[in-house]
Amino acid sequence: MDKFTVTINGHTIEAKPGQSVLQTALDNGIHIPHYCFHPGLPVAGNCRMCLVEIEGVPKLQIACGTTVRDGMVVWSNNDRVRQAVRHVLEFLLINHPVDCPVCDQAGECGLQDYYMLVGRYDSRFAENKVVKHKKATPIGRWVMLDQERCILCSRCVRFTREITKTNEMAIFNRGDHAEIDVFPGGELRNRYSANIVDICPVGALTCRDFRFRCRVWYLKQAPSICPGCARGCNIAIHFNPERPHHAGGRRVLRFKPRPNPHVNAFWLCDDGRYSYPFIDDHRLRFAALREEGGVRQLYLKDALDRLADWLRASRSGRTAYLLSADSSNEELFAARKLLRDALGVRCLLPDTGLRTGDADDFLICEDKHPNTRGARILFGLGENDPVAPDRLEAGLGAELPELLLVNRADLPSPLRDKLLAAGTRLVFLGTNDNATAAAAHLVVPLVVFAEQAGTFTNFEGRVQKFELAVPPLGDAAPEWSVHQGLAERLGIDLAFPGPAAIFRQLTAEVDAFRGLSHESLTPHGAMIRHE
Amino acid sequence: MAKPKLNLLERLYLPEILRGLLITTRHHFANLTVHILHRVGLAKGKRGAVTFQYPEDPRPVARRLRARHRLMKRPDGSTRCVACMMCETICPAHCIYIVADEHPDPRIEKRPKSFDIDLGICVMCGYCVEACPEDAIRMDTYITETSSFTREGMLLTLDDLMNHHNEDNFPKHTSS
Ligand code: SF4
Ligand code: SF4
Ligand code: SF4
Ligand code: SF4
Ligand code: FES
Repeated sequence: MDKFTVTINGHTIEAKPGQSVLQTALDNGIHIPHYCFHPGLPVAGNCRMCLVEIEGVPKLQIACGTTVRDGMVVWSNNDRVRQAVRHVLEFLLINHPVDCPVCDQAGECGLQDYYMLVGRYDSRFAENKVVKHKKATPIGRWVMLDQERCILCSRCVRFTREITKTNEMAIFNRGDHAEIDVFPGGELRNRYSANIVDICPVGALTCRDFRFRCRVWYLKQAPSICPGCARGCNIAIHFNPERPHHAGGRRVLRFKPRPNPHVNAFWLCDDGRYSYPFIDDHRLRFAALREEGGVRQLYLKDALDRLADWLRASRSGRTAYLLSADSSNEELFAARKLLRDALGVRCLLPDTGLRTGDADDFLICEDKHPNTRGARILFGLGENDPVAPDRLEAGLGAELPELLLVNRADLPSPLRDKLLAAGTRLVFLGTNDNATAAAAHLVVPLVVFAEQAGTFTNFEGRVQKFELAVPPLGDAAPEWSVHQGLAERLGIDLAFPGPAAIFRQLTAEVDAFRGLSHESLTPHGAMIRHE
Repeated sequence: MAKPKLNLLERLYLPEILRGLLITTRHHFANLTVHILHRVGLAKGKRGAVTFQYPEDPRPVARRLRARHRLMKRPDGSTRCVACMMCETICPAHCIYIVADEHPDPRIEKRPKSFDIDLGICVMCGYCVEACPEDAIRMDTYITETSSFTREGMLLTLDDLMNHHNEDNFPKHTSS
């Protein structure tokens, strides 16, 4: 079918046949107020906020439920429409408690936003408000329901019906007694439940984890990739840069999904969403050296001196490196250049994050690392990789290594004990504290993904970019800068000037990544070349 | 700027000191005389210099004076503040630090777990009072003496803000 055009508010726009007027307007940067419409859900057309005037049609029409026609002329900003929309909003707010001071949605609330955009009337409602039954009722592990604040847009109902197909929610009763709830005795039992918090346009569904932690206007955002599994869902990291007295000093307070039609559409699983605390909790901030008589904290540069000495002393092929699939492509590439290519260190990828049987048919993957595919490509790993924990010992070779560098992973304790008993020097490069870090001879603190820029390759081979959100803690450094420091000390000519430059180097040297650039990764990532 | 040149008399120092003493003494006796005359009902038209015996004799202040903050209470004595952070947000000095908590009564929902104001930083602008949607914070205590030997001593806690030794002097609670 031919392309055709519609005119919205005087702008002539090319439209896709079959699309709604609302979607067409939104795609072209014209905002028409709406509540019940969500691009990821079927149209319900019940809130009436999206009323528009269509020339030739006597009554106002809902933009979400009207399909574009060629030559259609639409107005969403004239007085007739504005007045109608103001009255719709007034009706929606009739029984609303307006308890914004205690409402976590305040600051990102559709009612507040549209009141300022099209409302700004004085309340004319003199009667008593109908007060719904329940304030603050938990309806699942992550979600808090406040029936009083609900505007009955049914987005949450449609989400549980169409996306998770678990049907936990419904609208009960009729008229102004209608209220949203889970079925009696039930609760939200799907693994994507917190998405209904995101799509609820008001404060009826709020997050129990985020509850009263911080006001949303304190938060800043950085685009990133969820580190929770190999899917690589697109997220925005919401962090609180200026007021550390909130949330017990945690800087990162939540992950929110960013739409990406090729990966996660609009959604995020609960496991990934609530994996954020590791960014601030139990972090390794300073290098530590285990000596006779205890552990001593030392500067990163002294730790690198020490590690360079050890690498120099055991360059006999008896050094091994356990990679991490939590590292970015850039970090892995630096490790490959220095450890594998220049020093000939044996590199293994342990799979400490595989939860067999945990995957579902939607987003969740069994592999709980964001960059296993990248690690496999960059280190040319074969069928038997990653190495299962029980086969790690065999993977390390007949003789145990003299020097073992472990990146982030927690070794199985029998193997750890065996290594220590055999006199292996254990070096832990990592972000968070664990038993292996506690037992290591040398600890080198690394930054987490949120503290640097880089790329991950998801399980399908989609390379996606993430940005720096919060500054490094203490002495923690990106892995590539650790490798850079080691190269300098060992007199090896390698330069890693920063993640963007490393990515350019990587695309030039590694076939699978050839042709990619940071520009081509914006906004939805790009596929590697399949071998 | 060039220093003014002193003449010989000024450079001798003592004559200038004596001149200063003379001025002070003259004021002293002039005022003494005027005040004694006032006491016996004479010389009403002539004003003497005024000295207030502060702090024993506090000065009257304007009713709208913005002084040390207090947090208002509900009838049951608990704080009226719902930890909405409006005051914390508006404060241009960033000197309010509130940590929110769940209120045991679900109809109130939210309350401050801690509420600190650092008077060492506060600029007494009163924005926090204006911003509060609950009339929970006021600056009508008329407490103007807030000094401390340490910086920590300038921090008002929730307890300081709720409990005052001179509560009877404050304007009475008007319910909203
Ligand atoms: S849902 Fe929106 S309007 Fe209603 S109380 Fe919450 S912030 Fe205020
Ligand atoms: S709870 Fe939120 S998403 Fe669900 S119907 Fe009410 S307003 Fe809509
Ligand atoms: S008076 Fe002004 S500076 Fe002081 S706490 Fe209130 S808002 Fe902040
Ligand atoms: S503005 Fe009022 S209610 Fe809100 S936190 Fe401050 S004192 Fe409490
Ligand atoms: S968005 Fe169109 S009716 Fe709700």
